[in-house]
Order: sequence, then structure tokens, then C-alpha cells
Amino acid sequence: MNGIHDMGGMQDMGPIEYEKSEPVFHAPWESRVFAMLLAASAWHKWNLDAFRHTREVLPPADYLQVSYYEQWLSGLRDLLVRRGLVTAAEFESGTPAPGTAKATPPLTPEKIPAAILTRIHANRDIHVSPRFQVGQRVRARNINPMGHTRLPRYARGKIGMIDRDHGVFVFPDTNAHFLGENPQHVYSVCFATRELWGAQAAEKDCVYVDMWDDYLEPA
Amino acid sequence: MTISRRDFLTTATATTGAAMTPELSHAHPHEHEHQAVPSDPTLRVKALESLLVEKGLVDRAALDTLVDTYEHKIGPRNGARVVARAWVEPAFKARLLADANDAMADFGYLSRQGDRMVVVENTPTVHNLIVCTLCSCYPWPVLGLPPVWYKSAPYRSRAVIDPRGVLREFGLELPANVEVRVWDSTAELRYLVLPERPASTERMSEEELAVLVTRDSMVGVARVAVPSSGGQG
Repeated sequence: MNGIHDMGGMQDMGPIEYEKSEPVFHAPWESRVFAMLLAASAWHKWNLDAFRHTREVLPPADYLQVSYYEQWLSGLRDLLVRRGLVTAAEFESGTPAPGTAKATPPLTPEKIPAAILTRIHANRDIHVSPRFQVGQRVRARNINPMGHTRLPRYARGKIGMIDRDHGVFVFPDTNAHFLGENPQHVYSVCFATRELWGAQAAEKDCVYVDMWDDYLEPA
Repeated sequence: MTISRRDFLTTATATTGAAMTPELSHAHPHEHEHQAVPSDPTLRVKALESLLVEKGLVDRAALDTLVDTYEHKIGPRNGARVVARAWVEPAFKARLLADANDAMADFGYLSRQGDRMVVVENTPTVHNLIVCTLCSCYPWPVLGLPPVWYKSAPYRSRAVIDPRGVLREFGLELPANVEVRVWDSTAELRYLVLPERPASTERMSEEELAVLVTRDSMVGVARVAVPSSGGQG
């Protein structure tokens, strides 16, 4: 989706506001939202791609204006309802629906050290043939899907070179919509900044973008 | 941009932040009637936590442990230890650049089969910069959670089109002969910059070196500063 989140290359967003000695969380509620998202994700009712997409579909003005963990809170509530863990009526009343059995939380404190090592869990140890080789010239496809994609607009149609092959990963464009993992190779593709931005860019600089097989075609 | 201007902007943002939190929930259409009145997220988050705990969907002790882990246990000190070891042990550095998971498993920060990380090395002729233009991907296991500026529109939008301008804003002016490599974290690879070891640190221990390594240097928006020692080290 060509949303506001896909902001690489936009200009005039203002100065970078750097906070010295920044705290990890700026309010206790932020830390609780953060922890609830991680703990509720342990039900495996959704995946990281689906969570990202909940933020991408926020109205653009809200996306730019609200704080980061407000985006998370919105996405968490959205997924809890859509994936059947909480009903809209329960959000209304603030209490579990009468007669529902209490569940057993999948994430307990002793499981956390191991769980955070595989929090993302998107790499797949299976054999899939790569469509491209290191050193090969490729073109990022010009696609404009309405759903989730990790192919940024600024790279579409541009020519780059396969810098390295990272192995096999689930494909976000389908995974975010619960349409299957569609595992395939991911490469770092090196784009010269002049290819991306024209003559104004510095001559030797480059941007490396991680790309799935389905985002690329031979060039 | 001067520090005082940054401080001013930060203060201004923090002051107005509380007023910029309209109810967003799509799952809760009735609350849209109250959208004009900004609500304090504290109460909404407390209500949500009570509901999830009561339903048995989350364990409150697990929430406490997660918060404590990312507030106090996992942060840039992790990455600094990795960098310092790479500076003093060439064999470790070679492993780190070839297979970061394998090398960082020594510290327990990553597992060999777990989430993937890549380390990119700064040299006198190459400078690396990490960004996530599409969201906020950041190497949690070695840097902890990202600062607000890293997740902000100004940084995400400009890092790929004007990396040298962004670096200048952080006070880092790179000569034209240095190649800038920007890594846009669009997939489930997390990047960490191995900064250059500063001059005149040859006699420092691994532990002393780790103290010098900053978060910003491992994102690529700063160099590691030469310690202002009075002839020591």
C-alpha cells in the first residue's frame, strides 16, 4: 500500500529531534503496551507482518501525529478483536464475557529469555532455490499492491546489484494477510544513490535494500 | 542544529504530546463519539491490561519481566561489548562480520538458529548508516529499543535520500572520498554498525573500550570519540 509509512525519500519533514539521555519508555503506559503486544503475540494468532500492517492502515494524519506506542495500542486492539482473542463486547464492558473459561497465558516469565531470541521468527531453515545470484544485476519490480508490502516506493523500477543472499524468509506480502508464508530468498540489493535520486546524489554512495525474490526481476 | 534547539524542540514535543493522543481504535467505533476529547492513554491501557489478565491472555508477571528486561537488561551496553571484543580480537571480528549470529551467541545475545543479524564495518573509506524507512526495525538484542528520533519521520524519510545531510545534522561531516552505505531494514535482518576504533586507544582493555562505544556510533550517526584523557590510555 502506498501509505504514509513508506516515507523513504520524502523531504521537509523537519529537523531530527534528538533527546539526550532518552529513557526507554516515556511513560509507564508505553511500557505496558509494549509488553502486552509481545505477550499476546505468543498466542501466534498473528505475526509481525500483520502487526506492522495495522499501523500502516491508520489514517495518514493520525500516523504522523500520534505517538509510537499509541500506534501500537491501536494495532494491538485491532488484532485482538480480528483474531478472536477479545470480543468487541468485552472491550465495551471491560470484563470477560460471562461464562468464558479463563485461558492459560502462553508466555510466562521463565520462557522470556528463550522467547526473545526468536521473537521475529521469520527465517526458515528449508531449501528453496534462489532466483538470483550474488553480483547479478536486478530491477526492483514496479508493483503497487493495496495490501502490505516491504518493497519501498523509492526503489521500485530501479536497477541494483545483489550484494548478498540472506537465506529463506517468510514473504510479508502474503504473511501479513494470513495468506501463507510463501518462503523465499531475501537479498541485500545495492542501489547507487544516483540511480535512486539522480545527479544530486553523491557519486559513490549507495543504499542497500533487503528484497525478497518476488520483488525482483533480471535487469 | 544546536543542542539548545534540540532541547527546546524535545521539550515542546513532550509538552504537547499528551494533547496529541486521540482515540484510534478501529475496533471500538462507539468511542469515536469522544474523539474530540483527547483521552489519557494511561486509563485505556490499564483497562486493557486488566481485561487481558482476567481473560488469561497475558500473565502480569510476564509483562513485568518484559518491561524490566528491555528497560534494564538489554540495551546499547550489549552492542558495546560486542564492538569492543571485535576491536581487540581479530578472529572474533572476522566471525562477527561473516556470521553475526554465530559470534553473538558467545554473549548469549543471539542464538545461531534465531533471528538474524548482520554487522557492517566502518573503515577510513566506508561509513555505514542504519535506518528503517517503512517502520522501526532496530537491532533490539544489542541496542535495546530504538530512540524516538530513529522512529521519527524526519530521520526515516531523509536517511536514504540525503544521508550526508542527516549525518551533518548529527555533527558528522564526511569527506567526499568516504563511501556512505545506507542499510534500509526492509526485511527481518537487523543491522549493527561496527564503528572504527579511535586512535590512541591501543593500550585500553576490552572492558575500557566498551565504555567508549555509544549507541549512536552503532547506528552509524556518530563516530566513537577519542577519550579526552590526560595522557592515560
